[in-house]
Amino acid sequence: MTSSTVKIVHETGLHARPASAFVKLANGFKSRIIVTANGRRANAKSILEILTLGAGKYCELIIEADGEDEREAVKALAEMVTTKME
Amino acid sequence: MIQGVAASPGVALGPAYVLRPADISVGETRIDPSQVENEIGRLEAAIAEAAAQLEALRKAAGEKEAGEILGAQILMLDDPGLTGAIESAVRDEKFSVEWAVQKATEQYAAMLDGLEDEYIRERAADVRDIGRRLIRVLKGLGASGPSLDKPSIVVAQDLTPSETASLDESMVLGIAIDRGSTTCHTAILARAKGIPAVVGAAPVSSGAPTGTTIAIDGTSGTVEIDPSPEAIDRYMAAIEGEKREKARLAATKFLPARTLDDVGIEVSANIGFPGDVPVALGNGAEGVGLFRTEFLFMNRNSPPSEEEQYESYAEALSGMGGRPVVIRTLDIGGDKDIPYLNLPAEMNPFLGWRALRMCLDRPEILRTQLRAIYRASVHGKAKIMFPMVATIEEVRAARDMVAEVTREFDRLGTPYGSGVEVGIMVEIPSAAVMARSLGGAVDFFSIGTNDLTQYTMAVDRTNERVARLYDALHPSVLRLIALVAEGAGANGIWAGMCGELAGDPLATGLLVGLGLTELSVSMPLIPRVKENVRSLTMKTAREIADRVMAMDTAGEIREYLSSTSCARGGK
Repeated sequence: MTSSTVKIVHETGLHARPASAFVKLANGFKSRIIVTANGRRANAKSILEILTLGAGKYCELIIEADGEDEREAVKALAEMVTTKME
Repeated sequence: MIQGVAASPGVALGPAYVLRPADISVGETRIDPSQVENEIGRLEAAIAEAAAQLEALRKAAGEKEAGEILGAQILMLDDPGLTGAIESAVRDEKFSVEWAVQKATEQYAAMLDGLEDEYIRERAADVRDIGRRLIRVLKGLGASGPSLDKPSIVVAQDLTPSETASLDESMVLGIAIDRGSTTCHTAILARAKGIPAVVGAAPVSSGAPTGTTIAIDGTSGTVEIDPSPEAIDRYMAAIEGEKREKARLAATKFLPARTLDDVGIEVSANIGFPGDVPVALGNGAEGVGLFRTEFLFMNRNSPPSEEEQYESYAEALSGMGGRPVVIRTLDIGGDKDIPYLNLPAEMNPFLGWRALRMCLDRPEILRTQLRAIYRASVHGKAKIMFPMVATIEEVRAARDMVAEVTREFDRLGTPYGSGVEVGIMVEIPSAAVMARSLGGAVDFFSIGTNDLTQYTMAVDRTNERVARLYDALHPSVLRLIALVAEGAGANGIWAGMCGELAGDPLATGLLVGLGLTELSVSMPLIPRVKENVRSLTMKTAREIADRVMAMDTAGEIREYLSSTSCARGGK
């Protein structure tokens, strides 16, 4: 299992377009990916679960992946969240 | 004439096109276990078809809000939780796929309905929308949505997010629906697409058959079915006027806001994020009169660090070049969920422990914010504003804290901008009444008319039964504004306004005439306010103010102001 703790940089947090982009990216990996924020866990491949996380700007996100491409998955998702997405 | 709710500004006139989607409700239906695989096959085919429909709509909608909503719906169709719930209702409970879809989507929608974030609650409408789309596909019905052969005004009981998102701006002149409020997705999307819209306009959908001429005014919220020839002329003149105004404002928005006798009135932007800065500048903003900082404190489990805050303030300051940026310290209370502040549940949070009074009791929060602002002040022209001030003691306590911060910076050699003005928001009547005295302790006033009006008229503007009492043009509020301007003048400091009244085109001449030298407004309103300033002389502005201050009712005042040049777009 690979895990990484990052802070969301985008102003509106993991809502709207950034949430869609995040979920799309997660779905491209084979691993199981779980995201934890505000004490809640969500399946990174489920848009509904990500939206209900309510993860705003500067929110701390723990990204955990389990599977054959877990390292790439965590790296890619962490990078997306910590770069200004627009 | 139907009085609905103004949802998206503008006037529209044209033939009605009534959208009445077929009733697709499904009753609880069970299937024989032998049919399960067949039902799963139907589900998979329906999901693929629905996704294809949405993808086609999304391509047509492009990159903006409408495209985002459709894109999110496509992802929802793929959501493992949702599809898993539908599938298990079929496999395990032997429900028909139509009923499984209806049950599962309604369950998810109900769950989202219950969450506190408004954005998330709106997504419940999206979940119901895809449920309906799937059921329509399963029943062999085409997608719902208008098929317009000529530019029309779309009329319906309600519109789903995807129906609104897929409206073609070139064919849809306007929208009128029976249900909805100013924050419903139809209103939001209509505003984003620049289509006039009226919501909450029942019973329009049963009163205007397809083909009837209908006029809507998205600014006043009215709908008129089959207007008379005279009325039609008026509507057409209004539409022409709007087109001309739009073009005029686009051409003049970067001209400075100086009166005909060359007095400069600073027209600034109210912003909520550093990312708003380019939009503000693009609208001709001459500064930022209100930089709300609450975004830094919300949606997190611990307070923002000094470094995090510094980065945001620095970004806004450098983005605005040398133009002033008034940063308001934390203005929040028990009505919002901020776990790490441990705000107590109060009977009346709006009269309670919030904003500055809370921050003075929590010096570590305020001090960190002040340190971040001062460090960032090297990047531009920062000004600090304290919200919800009621007494001069609060001002002195806050300024003492500022002095502590700068003394420490002096000792450590930490650089900070020189001449950072420290002022207050005047939104509590006591501060307005005592403006002359407070003026000796601050560098400026900025009037927050929204709360000032609520406190003065004792009215909650969101309470439908009494909302009519909420009027910033009530003479009592204007007298408080006048007191603030006088108090500023007596102390040689400036007074401006960041409340909604500053952006009301009727009020520009009045506010300038009362002595305000800065008007900070929401970004789209900047060009119009600047144009209004350019139409005035200080003499005219003072005359307007004198006449208004002799009136007793908001109605009279509004009627008079509607006759001034500011109401006519500066002509």
